[in-house]
Amino acid sequence: MAIRNILNKSSDWLKGEGPHHDIVVSSRVRLARNLAGAPFPGWAKKAERTAVLERIRPRVEALPEMGDAYSLACQDLTALEKQVLVERHLISREHAAKGVGSAVVMNRRQSLSIMINEEDHLRMQSIRSGLQLRAAFRAVNKVDTELEASLDFAFDPDLGYLTACPSNVGTGMRVSAMLHVPGLVLSEQINQVIQAVNKIGLAVRGLYGEGTEALGNLFQISNQTTLGEAEEGIVDRLQKVILQVIEHEQNARQTLLQRRSNTLLDHMGRSYGILKHAYSMHSKEALNLLSLAKLGCDLGFYPEEQRHAVDELFMETQPAHLQKGSQQKLAAEERDALRATIIRQKLAACPEPDVVGVLERTAKQAGSSPEEGEKKQGEGPGESAQEGLI
Amino acid sequence: MCDVCQTETATVFLTQIVDGNMQKVNLCEGCSKEKGVTDPTGFALADLLLGMGAAQSVERTASATGQRCANCGFTEAEFKKTGRLGCSACYRTFSEGLGGMLRGMHKGVRHTGKIPERLEKMLARDTEIRGLTSDLRRAVVEEQYETAAALRDKIRILEADQEAGE
Ligand SMILES: [Zn+2]
Ligand SMILES: [Zn+2]
Repeated sequence: MAIRNILNKSSDWLKGEGPHHDIVVSSRVRLARNLAGAPFPGWAKKAERTAVLERIRPRVEALPEMGDAYSLACQDLTALEKQVLVERHLISREHAAKGVGSAVVMNRRQSLSIMINEEDHLRMQSIRSGLQLRAAFRAVNKVDTELEASLDFAFDPDLGYLTACPSNVGTGMRVSAMLHVPGLVLSEQINQVIQAVNKIGLAVRGLYGEGTEALGNLFQISNQTTLGEAEEGIVDRLQKVILQVIEHEQNARQTLLQRRSNTLLDHMGRSYGILKHAYSMHSKEALNLLSLAKLGCDLGFYPEEQRHAVDELFMETQPAHLQKGSQQKLAAEERDALRATIIRQKLAACPEPDVVGVLERTAKQAGSSPEEGEKKQGEGPGESAQEGLI
Repeated sequence: MCDVCQTETATVFLTQIVDGNMQKVNLCEGCSKEKGVTDPTGFALADLLLGMGAAQSVERTASATGQRCANCGFTEAEFKKTGRLGCSACYRTFSEGLGGMLRGMHKGVRHTGKIPERLEKMLARDTEIRGLTSDLRRAVVEEQYETAAALRDKIRILEADQEAGE
């Protein structure tokens, strides 16, 4: 069964490659398109929705990019299978709730996924590892051009591509990057950064958790507006802002190493101890501890070989991924136990954080001893970190 | 009864939240126009989608509810409920109410990005036809009938292509 193959093979975008992959986990670009005249999925009757699906699906399957694709009708997927796809960002939560008349087509590498009859008739998404917004845009734009040769997309010379929600009209494009910024969170600069990014019309939100609570120090930055700015302009604007956030994050990490090394070492030691020795772990705790382990890889506390294991654990400890190997639905305690076991096993070979090595390297770089740095803590992390963001 | 003129029957009911207190104002059609509340969907949706603080919502009585999309049967009431439109033709049907909302929501009001290749060709042909037509008029005025005939043939071919949508 096709879905089994997808579930057992991890997505390409999880490989931890691409520029700035230590901070930018992934880059995504999605385009929304609709067939001219046909009622949008939310307003269409079941027969109309099915007719649209039957018109679009063969065209999508015939794309050169989809030569080895998986084409899945929503009603053929179990709730758990859909949830796995949601956790991998291959379908949206909204799409997971769909049944007859909706489908998803994705390539084998899981870098391209096309939802049919989500909120719009077509939601096409390209996803890449690291900071690769332009590459992601090129890929999905090519698919759009190929499809428009055989499908009549709703387009208005003034308003551009017409979408079910007026907030997507124009380019129908949403560009987003997922950033891992523990440095900004630990140094309490994250709110300033979020405010600065919001001010220039981009949205920032935690990837997991509700409201302001951001688990795993993972944030998503995306464009808010789609009308009045060309695609390339939107992509470039995001690229620039993300490069600045990366710089702030790198500075924050250096400041932590040089001025607050004891706090940082405490986080490293505790997260290592719990990850290696816990027998029950909630997904929230797992995300936060894995974030510290990932930071540990970036800063050289752990050998490079461990990075892949840590990156994979972010996905493998998500509720649906955790249960995909089980025959029946697991109770909450069973999930927490299983999560802890998987983490212990995967990190079995991970040595203790190399505190001495990291402190020596930091001292050499800074040209001063870390003890000296610790005394300057009162000054707080760089106030000027915000400059240049606007 | 209208709160402003105290004579006409109220058909527009406006709920406005000011400093956390809900205020209700009932208006007749004439007074609502005068107060600039002619665009009820614009109000409600902009607030809904942009999450702006000044929550204003307008309810219209069934008799006052006007537009319905001829293509898909979608109504303003539905739009207010879901914030989504019914079909691509709805953008024309509800263009009046949408205009203000889009302005508040986006960077601009005109699409400046990608154009489908097929439409790009049609838009280019439109421009060409307009150019040739003005050339034709000039040729007629200058009594250059041979040139005029050639231009007319050219325009006819382009127009035929345009009709065929090629
Ligand atoms: Zn009145
Ligand atoms: Zn309509």
